[in-house]
Amino acid sequence: MSVAVTIEAIEKRFENFPALRGVSLDIQPGELVALLGPSGSGKTTLLRLIAGLEEADRGRVLFGETDTRDLSLRERRIGFVFQQYALFKTMNVADNIAFGLRSRPRDARPDAAEIRKRVKDLLELVQLPGLDKRYPSQLSGGQRQRVALARALAIEPRVLLLDEPFGALDAKVRKDLRAWLRELHGRTGHTTVFVTHDQEEALELADRVAILNDGRIEQVGSADDVYDHPATPFVCEFLGEVNKLPVKVVGSQAFFDNRPVLGGLTQNQGGAAALYVRPQHLRIVDETPLALPGTVEHLRRNGPLRRAEVAIDGLKKRLDVDLASQVAPAIGERVKLRITHGNLFAAA
Amino acid sequence: MTVTASFRWREPSILPGFGLALGVTVTALSLIVLIPLTGLFAKAAGAGPADIWAVATSPRTLAALRLSFAGALVAALVNTVFGLILAWVLVRYEFPGRRLIDAAVDLPFALPTAVAGISLAAIYAPNGWVGSWLAPLAFRVTIPFTDIAFGFDGKVAYTPLGVMVALIFIGLPFVVRTVQPVLEELQGDVEEAAALLGASRLRTVFCVVLPPVLPALLTGFVLAFARAVGEYGSVIFIAGNIPMVSEIAPLLIVIRLEQFDYAGAAVMAAMMLLISFALILAVNLVQAKARRRYGDV
Repeated sequence: MSVAVTIEAIEKRFENFPALRGVSLDIQPGELVALLGPSGSGKTTLLRLIAGLEEADRGRVLFGETDTRDLSLRERRIGFVFQQYALFKTMNVADNIAFGLRSRPRDARPDAAEIRKRVKDLLELVQLPGLDKRYPSQLSGGQRQRVALARALAIEPRVLLLDEPFGALDAKVRKDLRAWLRELHGRTGHTTVFVTHDQEEALELADRVAILNDGRIEQVGSADDVYDHPATPFVCEFLGEVNKLPVKVVGSQAFFDNRPVLGGLTQNQGGAAALYVRPQHLRIVDETPLALPGTVEHLRRNGPLRRAEVAIDGLKKRLDVDLASQVAPAIGERVKLRITHGNLFAAA
Repeated sequence: MTVTASFRWREPSILPGFGLALGVTVTALSLIVLIPLTGLFAKAAGAGPADIWAVATSPRTLAALRLSFAGALVAALVNTVFGLILAWVLVRYEFPGRRLIDAAVDLPFALPTAVAGISLAAIYAPNGWVGSWLAPLAFRVTIPFTDIAFGFDGKVAYTPLGVMVALIFIGLPFVVRTVQPVLEELQGDVEEAAALLGASRLRTVFCVVLPPVLPALLTGFVLAFARAVGEYGSVIFIAGNIPMVSEIAPLLIVIRLEQFDYAGAAVMAAMMLLISFALILAVNLVQAKARRRYGDV
């Protein structure tokens, strides 16, 4: 049922604005892939291109071995879920879900009893049994999105595409639906591509994450890959919070303000570089040869996290530091910071 | 079913304004609509039952009413179809002259109806620009083995057909202007969803796009119909006003007035009023039902 999707060197321009500039991506059958990026990065355009709602200027999309340019929208058999649900508001839930089946050519159309049964099964699958007679206006946002998903699944899609599926929902419902979608994907195993600008959602949900920026894919990989080993400064900054430190690399050590701050480097040649350090990779220490002296200027609490903003001598921007539970510095206190992990990129 | 809540004059609200607003509304409505209409019914009732019956059932009255209502119905139906297409084109497509056409739609609103009538009569007259083209198109068909025959004798002006042309002209803006905003609000993703689910374009348009537009279309239909029933100025120039053939009810009322038959005119007016009111009320009820079901349509 599920097919592999191969995207080959896609280019797409709108008027004079290049939305995609040479995007390639291989998606395995049954895989759940997230397209993650800021608004304007081209992620929705890429999704619409896979669906066939946009035409590429260059490049092609393959479903298995088939070039999708040879397929009509109906033949592509895409299950598409829109951010704003796009339910048919003059039809009740059952008619919405049955719409795809009833749109089939007469010889391929299931009979009325079969359609009724399929609608009932799908409503159970999306955990909305008994709501078949309701109209979309009588449903909550989360329920509408689940009906939209049931409608998309009804045509037994080869590929499931979700465009910011939880974008219009509140935080609590988002979290619930996220877990539920993960479980549903485990059961149904559709090749699924979903677009999101929420990095937490992408990392938690997807088998692999493709991070887009400015019409290009910056990195593709598992959540651990892209978070722990970002390929570019953009990926590092986009996924979670990060402090940026201008350093100079000499040998295997990185120097800030002529003081060594991180040792054991292997990958870089010498010269100016930018060291990216996440708040959880900074620790307040008593004494160490590799340490950054600074002053605590601000303390914040963010849910379970306690965070200090530390002004470093010779650096304009304060560093964010996650505090271990037993450490309690006072504002104005002089501290030493040790970098436990960082990513080095050549200076921009 | 029991009604537990007691009747209340108004929904409680912190913000003032209800009393003033309702007062002004009732006063204005009374002065402009209710009192004149009550006077009309009083005048009609003053004629006495026998006279009322005589006026109401006279062949000339019935022919005029039939022409007015049937003509208005046909004109409103034509406008519903044509107005919907016109609104669709104006909303969906970008083409040179779109703004010009958009503005031209309102002209029947603004033009003095007599001017419209005279222009239409001149153009559709047998020797007019359009009329002279239509004359050769005359045909007559008799359905075999029956007496039923229909056809077109090549004339539009000075026939019931001319009446309809005038009524279509003056009713068009109503449908376009009520449907246009609803079409503009339709979201494109619904059509894309239907296409991806495998629906043909025809099925998409008729099952997905048009149903939400239906209430607005119905409103446009009612407005065009109501306007056409009462239309006078533009029709009398193109109709020819032949009693029993192309004489509309409003004209017959004016004729009765000119003959100082005030009671007769009032009776006819009251009949028109009742029929119109019943039709419009029926349509509004249908619409209210649709609105309750689909929410924000």
